[in-house]
Amino acid sequence: MTTTETTLVPNFDDDETDRKIAFICSKGNLDMAYPALVLANAALGEGIETHLFFTFWGFDMITKSRMHDLKFSPVGNTAMHLPVGDVRIPQALAPMPGMQPMATKMIKDQIAALGVPEVPEFLDQIVASGGKLWACRMSADMNHLTESDLYDGVEAIINASDFIEMTDGAQLLFI
Amino acid sequence: MPVTTINGREIHVDDEGFLTEYDEWDEDLAKVLAANINVDLTDDHWAAIKFVREDFKAQGETPTIRRVSTAGGIDTKKLFQLFPKKPAKKMSYIAGVPKPHGCV
Repeated sequence: MTTTETTLVPNFDDDETDRKIAFICSKGNLDMAYPALVLANAALGEGIETHLFFTFWGFDMITKSRMHDLKFSPVGNTAMHLPVGDVRIPQALAPMPGMQPMATKMIKDQIAALGVPEVPEFLDQIVASGGKLWACRMSADMNHLTESDLYDGVEAIINASDFIEMTDGAQLLFI
Repeated sequence: MPVTTINGREIHVDDEGFLTEYDEWDEDLAKVLAANINVDLTDDHWAAIKFVREDFKAQGETPTIRRVSTAGGIDTKKLFQLFPKKPAKKMSYIAGVPKPHGCV
């Protein structure tokens, strides 16, 4: 046991404001939506400037008509186990009718059991924490979508150069 | 575990300075802890801190920002205003509980 003369106070690094992080969200499968959301939320909780850029299939995460209904498929995923007995789902069975809804429900239940919100509510939390959401111009044009089709918390549709410029000095994660 | 002197009392803390003994905390101590990290306590701060303490006692773990918001009823934006930049850690420190373990 040590006794300190001066008061031991945690260092919250209030003055350290230069760290910046950006996530490129390129996937629209339910399971691949979460890594960026969880990490972005954690970064915001550490006081770090945080940006999320949605592109290609990741556009589904912020498209109003699709964001509430992301799916998970066991096809091509050899790490998909049943919740009991540690049994792998044989890949030959993975594309069978009913497998995708079952697997999606299973993952959603597991995520909800941890108190982790669904994708739209998670985006609400990220925006409330100061996170910035950006939509990719090329993806918007490919899908014939405008800002009115996108989640209200999206700041703007920006092009690739804008994103590169904006993330000058940022740490980048492509998911 | 180190022992540090806060407000003229010996207090058990971890290596970073977070209190490790739930019952060594009282409101006077919280005022000193808040001052240590430049937080001016208002009624809104107290509401958050009291929720963190009650929830820790009930659940056995420190609530995350999300839990303070959903179960405690103090919205996320407000928490970032009250405890700038690192609400979860700052609330825990002032409330005399460990940092949250949960991811979300």
